[in-house]
Amino acid sequence: MASFKPTKVQVYPKLGEKVTQDTLYWKNYKAPVQIKEFGAITNIDFSPVAPHNFAVTAFTRIHIYGPFSQEPVKTFTRFKDTAYCGRFRSDGQLLVAGCEDSVVRLFDVSGKVALRMFKGHTKAVHITDFTSDRYQILTGSDDYTCRLWDIPNATELNTYQEHTDYIRCGVTSKLNRDLFITGSYDHTLKLFDARADKSVMTMDHGQPVESLLLYPSEGLLVSAGGRHVKVWDLLKGGQPLVSLKNHHKTVTCLCLSSSGHRLLSASLDRHVKVYNTTNYKVVHNFDYAASILSLALAPDDESIVVGMTNSILSIKHRKSLDESKEISGQQRRQPSYRVFVKGKNYVPKQDDYLVSKPVKQHLAKYDKQLKKFNVSKALDTALETWTRLRKPEITVAVIKELDRRGTLKNALAGRDEQGLARLLNFLIGNVVDPRFAPVLVTAAEMILDIYQSVIGQSSVVDRQLLRLQELLEREIDYQQDLLEVLGMLDTMFASSLPRKEVNLHLSKRKTESINSDREEDAVGQ
Amino acid sequence: MVEHGDIRVVHRGGSKINFREPVITHDSRYLLCASGECVKVFSTSTEECIHDLRGHTGLVTGVLLKPSNHLQVYSCSADGTVRLWDYTDGILIKVQLDSCIVFAPVFAVSVIAVIILVWKAGHNLFQLVAVDLPQSGDQLVEARELSAVLSDVSSNPAAIVFGRGGEYIASANGLHLEVYFFKKQKSYRFSLKEDNKKGGKNTVTCVACHPKDDCIATGHEDGKIRLWRNFNHKKEYTYSTLHWHHSAVSSLCFTPEGTNLLSGGMESVLVQWRYNQESERDFLPRLGSAITHITVSPDGALFCTSHSDNKITIIQSCVKVSAVIQGLVKGESVRTDMMVDPRSKSLVLNGKPGHLQFYSLPRDKLLYNLDIVQQEYIHESGLEQFEVVKAAFDASGSWLATVEERKQKDAELELNLKLWAFDEQTQSFVLNTTISAPHEARITAMCFCHATDSQTTMLVSTSKDGHFKAWQLVSDRALYRKAEFGPSWSCDFVGAYHGLVPECCCFSADGSLLAVSFQEVVTVWSPASWELLTTLSQPPKAVRDLCFGRLSCSKYLLGTTANNLLCCWNLLTCSLEWSTSMDISLLLADPLTENMAAFCCQAGSTDLFVFKPSEPRPVFSQKAVCSGKVTRAVFAPREEMLESCEESSQWLNHSQLYFLTPDLPVFPDIVIFLPPPFKLVIDDSVAMTPFYLLLGKHRQQEDADPLSGLSAERRPLPQCSVAIKELLQTPAHVLPSTSFLCSMFVQSLLISETKHVEEEMESEKEEEDSEGEMESSTQRPEQASLGGQAAPALTKAQLRELKRVKKLDHSWFPGLLHS
Repeated sequence: MASFKPTKVQVYPKLGEKVTQDTLYWKNYKAPVQIKEFGAITNIDFSPVAPHNFAVTAFTRIHIYGPFSQEPVKTFTRFKDTAYCGRFRSDGQLLVAGCEDSVVRLFDVSGKVALRMFKGHTKAVHITDFTSDRYQILTGSDDYTCRLWDIPNATELNTYQEHTDYIRCGVTSKLNRDLFITGSYDHTLKLFDARADKSVMTMDHGQPVESLLLYPSEGLLVSAGGRHVKVWDLLKGGQPLVSLKNHHKTVTCLCLSSSGHRLLSASLDRHVKVYNTTNYKVVHNFDYAASILSLALAPDDESIVVGMTNSILSIKHRKSLDESKEISGQQRRQPSYRVFVKGKNYVPKQDDYLVSKPVKQHLAKYDKQLKKFNVSKALDTALETWTRLRKPEITVAVIKELDRRGTLKNALAGRDEQGLARLLNFLIGNVVDPRFAPVLVTAAEMILDIYQSVIGQSSVVDRQLLRLQELLEREIDYQQDLLEVLGMLDTMFASSLPRKEVNLHLSKRKTESINSDREEDAVGQ
Repeated sequence: MVEHGDIRVVHRGGSKINFREPVITHDSRYLLCASGECVKVFSTSTEECIHDLRGHTGLVTGVLLKPSNHLQVYSCSADGTVRLWDYTDGILIKVQLDSCIVFAPVFAVSVIAVIILVWKAGHNLFQLVAVDLPQSGDQLVEARELSAVLSDVSSNPAAIVFGRGGEYIASANGLHLEVYFFKKQKSYRFSLKEDNKKGGKNTVTCVACHPKDDCIATGHEDGKIRLWRNFNHKKEYTYSTLHWHHSAVSSLCFTPEGTNLLSGGMESVLVQWRYNQESERDFLPRLGSAITHITVSPDGALFCTSHSDNKITIIQSCVKVSAVIQGLVKGESVRTDMMVDPRSKSLVLNGKPGHLQFYSLPRDKLLYNLDIVQQEYIHESGLEQFEVVKAAFDASGSWLATVEERKQKDAELELNLKLWAFDEQTQSFVLNTTISAPHEARITAMCFCHATDSQTTMLVSTSKDGHFKAWQLVSDRALYRKAEFGPSWSCDFVGAYHGLVPECCCFSADGSLLAVSFQEVVTVWSPASWELLTTLSQPPKAVRDLCFGRLSCSKYLLGTTANNLLCCWNLLTCSLEWSTSMDISLLLADPLTENMAAFCCQAGSTDLFVFKPSEPRPVFSQKAVCSGKVTRAVFAPREEMLESCEESSQWLNHSQLYFLTPDLPVFPDIVIFLPPPFKLVIDDSVAMTPFYLLLGKHRQQEDADPLSGLSAERRPLPQCSVAIKELLQTPAHVLPSTSFLCSMFVQSLLISETKHVEEEMESEKEEEDSEGEMESSTQRPEQASLGGQAAPALTKAQLRELKRVKKLDHSWFPGLLHS
């Protein structure tokens, strides 16, 4: 007795995204650790020295987290108002932060009280950074000025008043102690040289600039403002290189992967996009729950830290090598599977008496109904909302199986308004899909045959039939156009092919046979 | 001396085992069933065939255990005999000859006499006849006392049955049920109306009697079962109706205790009804195919159902199938070619619907069925199912390609091309790739590239949509998400030629050429570059069959056309080498030798010619191999080579030729050519050494030489001489001394010196102008084989003279011009 053969669901080629090396790399992170902070997280900065702690600036505090801790290892709370831009010095010993109350504070990472307070700005300071010689601090403020401060004396060295709007971003050069770049809401980026009193280069971004990033080589500068990310070539005098517009809300933060080959941008549209820095194509995309304000990558891309407006800090750690292997093993050991393999991997001992039990075949619900010849019920099961929307191939396979059994008409008939509407809905959604069309066209014809008499009795069904008609008309026009194009292409190809002579063995053979005839005559004589 | 017989045609297996209902012996250990001209004894536990009871000369039409002796069994046959056998040892005990009976399809047994259903040729009706079995010790007894029991009975043996230990006999014919009581010598007839209200048919298809109770069950064409009671009254009879089957009930059977009634039909479900509680039923579904007979073992422990696909299923008390005895499945038609699986050397052809069967020829046993369609089979008449229409193996047997199709009346044709890889672990074929809708129309031919050394495997399919497609195995990792997906098949090339429909395709032996016939044009392609190399055409009609020569004849391409022409093209010169007019229904190439077999249909019977494309004379020919048109045949390689040296049977040394006989309803259907039996007749006191064979043969040939004038002239080159072959094949240590052999050897090389030289010259000329050769071969090969009279030989000599003159001309004429 053969067992019931379940309905074959045809496997169609997937039209999804291609799996590249990039998706494999960027997907290889664990589930994120989420930490609730006190307010919107405006800045995240990694310490340049091992163990690569990171400073998270949120509301009036700066928390410093260890690489794997979920509790802050250190907290700076001596701010009178919202803190901004807590950044480490290149030796990881000092931390500087701006504040809404216009005071810039410098902390020792191991201490608690501010070592220095730089007072001079008149409005909130949104940007602070150390210069590469480690003795000076750059600050930028909402009072349109940026200033350089001396750390040992706590004195102001210079003030630049060239921007005409809030200064919200800035970077210092890691190679030259005198160079720094600021970006402002007046749409411009300015490159300053501390040795001169004026900016040496000005670039127009076109939107209020939110973030700046210098390449490690410092030949290229990336700026983010509005929906655009722009790349500038500094060595060519600030010439714009590329303008990327992949986000649909303001881009708030930029970041470079450790290798320097990938650029990450985070935006208020809740996405982080990864670009290839050679062709500036998006190679990967991360989704987050809320608008992103800050983003940082740990050295070697060990973790991705994202701060959001809903004051949640999300930390994704990279899977270690053996962990990524283990995952598949873990999935296999899920309880539901364990039930199935129970006792299967038991190796019988020598004296054991083996009692074999037939394996119960697991059938899908529609198969169980088909086995009992409940054709209408099987079609109903296949038309359930989830199957119909997510796995239309199953519905189509069941329709095909019913057609093969010669019972499709019985299954389609005898439906009320609701059932018919559901059926027509499915047809409208899928009948023009070339994968399903051959099966669904027969089904559609049958439906029209069966329900011909009830047309006009229900407005819902009538509307759907009209839609179906419209859809088919459009499809026919479309196919006709395609055929025309195909014909044009054929003529073009035919005219472009070189003509080739077919060898004339046929005529040759004829002459041969004539020759032989003559010879026969000669023999006869 | 050595004597040779003729090549014989022998039926080889595949006979029906479901023709009549099988019989289970009293100890339930054996199952007996009629199969062709013999009775087969199977073991119920191991499914093995234990013996064949051979002796009948006609189709065996029934088997029955002898009631008085459980170890003996009666069988009757269409040859008019009833035989009694001891089935445990397989010994024939008695032969009874019923001289006046022409046809005896069935019998049943009462205690003292055998009652046989006979067909009187003179009266043209079926009759039940009792035969008294005389208790004599003779082997052969002629039964003269025949007494008719019932006349005008149905031809269907299932419609006649004995009730309650032989008290009465119930017989149904059409709409009538007749019960005959032996004691009262009285019969009662009951009739049903022709059609009931719903249009169902009331025709009785089978009858069963309750073993203890007075109850007769009849099965009807509309699927109803009626239980008749009180049938010993003319008027007060009653019947109750049971209905589950949706189509005709083909078999009914009560269990020995009478507690259950078993019924089966086309649904292939065995239904068990409780007697007197008919609402309770048990089912055993999905038995494979329609049930034709049901029997129960005498102790009631085993049920046994015969099925329409030549299968007997043994069931343990309606619970589970314990054994399946499967014969060669013969479906409605064999649509795939007969093939030989290169691995198992088994014959492969269509089996059950949607399956391919692998049939071991030497063991006459079905090895396994491969499910190609993999869909639930719905047993309903008039339903279009998927059918396997084409199948092909590659050279090593590691790939199998199948095409299945389903055509509904008004819907599109559904086609699937499936490629199966042989899995070493499970020793069976595993589905690798399914290509749905590989072509837009029916696939007409399909073949694998048979080159053994090629890196890639290639499959070519031709279709009615005017294209042929080449499919290739690719292992492109980038296409797949995971590396564990192995290589799969994808389309490599689509070819067409002037919008004509390709009919057949064939790869050359080394795989460097592909020939595809487009109606009357044969196109030759190079599979490496997909370039159209040349086109060949033999004017008027479409090409039916294409075949490349093998080994030394691989330069030839043979084709048959619809206007009864067999053409042979030489691919080196791209010209027609020879052609002959024959109505060839099938052209086959032996994969191991140069030989080709052509089945040629003439005047309702089929002739066979075996020939080499390079030689105009057939190696072997036999007229009227069988009646009808042979359309399926196959060369099956032998496991060990034969050493036959008779020229006419040498072609059977490497392989055997099997063919499927055209549709004869009852006879076995696979037929094989066997080489002649090797009879040795020892004369005098000469020891039979190989050397004696050699010398003896040589002497024979010398005797024969002067007799056949033309055959000596056209004899093959000395290398092919049988004597030399024998000499070279004989082990050195049994050969006599060289000095003794030398003179004979030289002599055999120098068979008439002058002729040899002439032949050499002729072969030289052949390269320049092959007209003479062609002319001689355009005659019908069998004419050539008959040998010419003196007159053609004379013209031949003249022709040769002429050629010599021509050659002389050619040699000095250019020299003259230059000087």
